[in-house]
Amino acid sequence: MNVSNIKNSQVSPSEGFREAFTLHLADNALIMGHRNSEWCGHGPILEQDIAISNIALDLIGQSRNFYQYAAQLFNQSTNQPINLATEDSLAYLRDVRDFKNCLLVEQPNADWAQSILKQFFFSTYQYYLYQQLQNNKDEQLKAIAAKALKEVTYHVRWSSEWVIRLGDGTEESKKRSLKALDELWMFTGELFEPAFYETTMNIDFVLLKEGWTKKIRSVFEEATIDIPVENKWHQTGGKIGDHTEHLGFILAEMQFLQRAYPNSEW
Amino acid sequence: METNQETIFQDKVDHEIKIEPKDWMPEKYRQTLIRQISQHAHSEIVGMLPEGNWITRAPSLRRKAILIAKVQDEAGHGLYLYSAAETLGISRDEMYDQLHTGKAKYSSIFNYPTLTWADIGAIGWLVDGAAILNQIPLCRTSFGPYARAMVRVCKEESFHQRQGFELLLTLSQGTDAQKQMCQDAINRWWWPSIMMFGPNDDASPHTAQSMKWKIKRFTNDELRQKFIDMIAEQVKVLNMRLPDADLKWNEERKHYDFGKINWEEFWQVVGGNGPCNKQRLDARKKAWADGAWVREAATAYAEKKASLNPSKGGTSETV
Amino acid sequence: MILLRKFYYGDYGESKLGSSSDNETSSSPSGAGGEWPLWEVFIRSKQGLDHKHAGSLHAVDAAMAIENARDVYTRRMEGVSIWVVESKHIHASNPDDAGALYDPANDKAYRHPTFYNLPDAVKHM
Repeated sequence: MNVSNIKNSQVSPSEGFREAFTLHLADNALIMGHRNSEWCGHGPILEQDIAISNIALDLIGQSRNFYQYAAQLFNQSTNQPINLATEDSLAYLRDVRDFKNCLLVEQPNADWAQSILKQFFFSTYQYYLYQQLQNNKDEQLKAIAAKALKEVTYHVRWSSEWVIRLGDGTEESKKRSLKALDELWMFTGELFEPAFYETTMNIDFVLLKEGWTKKIRSVFEEATIDIPVENKWHQTGGKIGDHTEHLGFILAEMQFLQRAYPNSEW
Repeated sequence: METNQETIFQDKVDHEIKIEPKDWMPEKYRQTLIRQISQHAHSEIVGMLPEGNWITRAPSLRRKAILIAKVQDEAGHGLYLYSAAETLGISRDEMYDQLHTGKAKYSSIFNYPTLTWADIGAIGWLVDGAAILNQIPLCRTSFGPYARAMVRVCKEESFHQRQGFELLLTLSQGTDAQKQMCQDAINRWWWPSIMMFGPNDDASPHTAQSMKWKIKRFTNDELRQKFIDMIAEQVKVLNMRLPDADLKWNEERKHYDFGKINWEEFWQVVGGNGPCNKQRLDARKKAWADGAWVREAATAYAEKKASLNPSKGGTSETV
Repeated sequence: MILLRKFYYGDYGESKLGSSSDNETSSSPSGAGGEWPLWEVFIRSKQGLDHKHAGSLHAVDAAMAIENARDVYTRRMEGVSIWVVESKHIHASNPDDAGALYDPANDKAYRHPTFYNLPDAVKHM
């Protein structure tokens, strides 16, 4: 695969934007799914262990669809590909600086409150984004988004119910919810700041943010949590490869076998 | 009256009529079932750990999805089994408590470590393979809820062994390093997996009550032999060896002969001296303790809601 | 009676071997709130069929029970509709009454169509 095509330091106008955008969608889903899967076997109760693993499976499924499409785009655009891109080469052989996921999804699980809130922020964002993508001109993206939207609808429902339960549950759960909010809020702004490759994808970020904020507001209200004041300053950069340190550890673990035993079939 | 009840009970069992939770049953039958079902459930839950720790390291997205689905299935199986035991009048919390305090056991196989990716294949092929042989007869066990849970488990379990074998097959056709990894995993998991069937039939005297009650239908040695005969053939497809110099087809018996099992090791691992006993139990205890505030919060919230709107009780739709 | 000691998958009896880890510390079984209630799950596998008992699970309320049932019991497309009912609300007949309740139906063969012999010439009946 010609990695230079997907470097974040893209210069030529709009060339490779679609590829980068598809990768961004894939990376988001993969890293979030990866984090969810860390819960498998360690959840607070068996039923919820199964529930969060289901979400992990949905997200990894989404990432595979996006990676496969991205691979197809790369292989078409490269005249003489040395190595054909595949879903796995894209997931397992790029380094931190080439990953385009939002900072939010790479944040550690910490406790159930933080995982839940992260899921709620992310799924709500995915929900409104996929709704728009359903009408995208790109047939593939449109199809993937339409299929994923059903899954995401459930993720929003599941996570918002938990946000409410924890926010309006016990003193302890409220305390943990507020702490989670404190940790995660600064990573939410990035969701609505378009990266260069998103500018030509026909996404209305104002509308996206509006829908998201409205949903967060109504769920927080029920959860008896005050929504933080709009902060001009947000942590950004994930979309263009400026990550927090957490991503490196995720990749080190995730990519270990592919790196240690190159050119192997698994 | 008691003897009469007992006769009716045994008569039902003899005639393959399932015993249901509210039916009269001997107290010992109830106790035996609770112990067996809950320990089976614990095995599923603890069994999630050795495989689960490879989810984040799975070498391809396809393998990652398969592994999550499989480990998640095990959570489901644990849940079905706990539910079956709950019909006998014990709560899941009590069963957890027995696990966490070391009173209840779980399958000893899960006290071995998963060191390489090939171990995930070996567990699927050998450990799940052995489990399935144990589990299929349980679908006809005399206690209804247990039998029904096992039907569901067996139905779902069938992909587990296949994915394990497929994983090893891929390694066996791969690079030298992968082949080595594959053989090494088989070497390490073979003996523990044949120990899963338990001690020899004549090793320690005890009553055959469970056979009479049709909780169990085949002896350990019968099942073990069946397993060995099966695996000894399948390993050829992988082009690998089983680590037993004495393994040989016996034309007279129409079975494979095999070497001596190290029962000392078996009892040591059962007794807590396996490589991972402490680690596994600690992980379970930690998950349970860390989840306490979550469970409490959900309860508190539900109670709050129910008191605000008692008629609706939190339900969403009518039927 | 044959003397055998049976060991089952995952069952090593109640040997007092104990594990190497601290046996004496027992975390409180359920936490302050107690165990989540038990629910029975009924699933309609496809349109046109009855809901059938699938199993049970724990949940704090009906909404969560339905979602848990979806995640636990329909992972392989086993259903299109779910009913849940809290287990304590199920009323059951007493198995001790089984004789009085069900045996009397035993000798009423005339309720079944096969009881009646009709000439072969009669079709569609």
